[in-house]
Amino acid sequence: MDYQAIIESLFRGLIGERFIVFALAAIGLNLHFGYTGLLNFGQAVFMAAGAYGLAMMVATVGPRLNENTGLNMSETTLFWVGVFTAVVVFPILFALVMGIPTLRLRADYLAIVTIAVAEIFRIVARSPRFDWLTGSSDGLTGFSGTFYDLSPFSTTGRYFFNLFTGNQFFLVLVGWTILAIGTTICWLLVRSPWGRVLKAIREDEDAARSLGKNAYSYKMQALILGGMFGAVGGMVRAVGFSVAQPDNFITDVTFFVWVALILGGAGKVFGPLVGAALLYAVLDSSDTVLRQLVENDYIPSSFMSGTQVGQVRFMIVGLGLVLLAAFRPQGIFGNKEEMALDDR
Amino acid sequence: MTDEFAKHDALVPEAGPKSHAPHPAHALPMFDVDVAAARSALSEVPWEPGASKPDPILVADNVVRRFGGLTAVDVDHVEVQRGVITALIGPNGAGKTTLFNLLTNFDTPDTGSRLFNGQAIDKVPAHKIAGYGMVRTFQLTKALSKMTVIENMKLGATDQRGESLFASVLPVLWRKQENEIESRADELLVHFKMEHMRDQFAGTLSGGQRKLLEMARALMVEPEMVMLDEPMAGVNPALTQSLLGHVTGLRDRGMTVLFVEHDMDMVQEISDWVIVMAEGKIIAEGPPGSIGQNQAVVDAYLGSSHDSALDLDEGS
Repeated sequence: MDYQAIIESLFRGLIGERFIVFALAAIGLNLHFGYTGLLNFGQAVFMAAGAYGLAMMVATVGPRLNENTGLNMSETTLFWVGVFTAVVVFPILFALVMGIPTLRLRADYLAIVTIAVAEIFRIVARSPRFDWLTGSSDGLTGFSGTFYDLSPFSTTGRYFFNLFTGNQFFLVLVGWTILAIGTTICWLLVRSPWGRVLKAIREDEDAARSLGKNAYSYKMQALILGGMFGAVGGMVRAVGFSVAQPDNFITDVTFFVWVALILGGAGKVFGPLVGAALLYAVLDSSDTVLRQLVENDYIPSSFMSGTQVGQVRFMIVGLGLVLLAAFRPQGIFGNKEEMALDDR
Repeated sequence: MTDEFAKHDALVPEAGPKSHAPHPAHALPMFDVDVAAARSALSEVPWEPGASKPDPILVADNVVRRFGGLTAVDVDHVEVQRGVITALIGPNGAGKTTLFNLLTNFDTPDTGSRLFNGQAIDKVPAHKIAGYGMVRTFQLTKALSKMTVIENMKLGATDQRGESLFASVLPVLWRKQENEIESRADELLVHFKMEHMRDQFAGTLSGGQRKLLEMARALMVEPEMVMLDEPMAGVNPALTQSLLGHVTGLRDRGMTVLFVEHDMDMVQEISDWVIVMAEGKIIAEGPPGSIGQNQAVVDAYLGSSHDSALDLDEGS
């Protein structure tokens, strides 16, 4: 058994790129669901907005703008305009599209619309008709150069106990910084009177309204802000893998974000972080462990082959979720007493 | 404003059960209304549906609300006198709660207009009604379960700077106001004898305690008019007297109270004026003593519903 590989995969899961991506998206979903009670089943589209906002601005829209307007923005300028588009413009647009028709209605209407918008965006982005804009099913590449040019680390060296290459390590450091800032902002928000209104809306919209709070406006603010966190996550993903592809943002992605949130505990500031870390630690390390077990014949190939490992690890996560629902439904950070109040 | 309340404190008799514990009651709003005059002025008002009052705070005209083929509310004219307690009664399905929703803009009438303090409120969204000085409670108590009692209270304060998204991340902008709100909330909790539950989740309170919390929370708005939808529903008898005391206490501080109630004992005991609805219309008005003798009321209750708690002989 290669124990070093197992430990490495465990740590990559705990602190690596995918943890950062899903933790950010889950922080956003926590603002939606954990604090405001919004059922957003389309967090993947906010992540896609982040990825495509940046990728399109640098790779397709930006160069055309330069051609047609004579603005002559450099790639670096385009990159930062792209970051702004990804984190501010797109999430606001998507949130308005989803929220304007549904936020005055019951929670389930938003849930349906978010799924629909997420799938519509993905399918449109895949379509050959828009190849010039989104790169269709191959997606877009060549937009992350500006980011890695900023890296002070050597591209050939290995960093942090040989876990990461220079570029990966730079991404992880930046990602952690963003996570720290995001968590702090979230912490400040939910402890403020603004956060109090969100919780009141989660508990009972009409009560909040009778006390003079504009529930519609607060729900929209929460939807936009949570979407922005998702977009940052999507952008980190696109930069980390240097590609923005439509199928990186399938519905499963949304549900992984939900799993991370529920695992950690909805409505708790550190819930998304711990949930995402745990989810990817289990997913990544169980993959390595199972592969090692199969290779070394601890698991007979008649029972399970190496190619089935990918599916089995999801079964393990599923089993973990079932156990969680049975023994700790409030999640790791949740408060059982608080959870029990739902039943009254 | 605090000084003004303190000035009045000496004049205002202590509300609630007979306890002489020193209540720092200036957290309660106080309005400059001559309550005795407002109550005695009602003696001039004729006992008829839609009677006009000397100083109405709320006026509704031609308010109609239909649900499909059913006309739930069809009120030609109704006025609520400032500074008194008005009860809205009627058999089940009379449209009391629907009218209540229409008066507070939680529902939109098909036709009709409403004036509060002389201002038209027809186009005002529900969440802005609190800002006009009118606050309501709900038939099914809406304590915010997963928030503590004190958080529930603080939510009630209006014009909070920290409720704007951008200010919220900079506590320095709202910390001072928040502290003021918190001390006002604490004083109200003391007044309602709930200070020991301050940090409990509201979901752990009993039904009666939730009613009290909802009323206290509504007072954080500093309303001129308080609308209570069945304040006694599900309250155990031990708490009833204290709740009644709090309701009359609101009136004695110049607030106008309109409440929907089934419990005739409560209506007889604390209301200054009674409005009776049946089948969406107002069929009678008058002081509580006059209602039991009113033929239209007798017909409405006996004709439509047998499960009502109306005891026609009592207090008449």
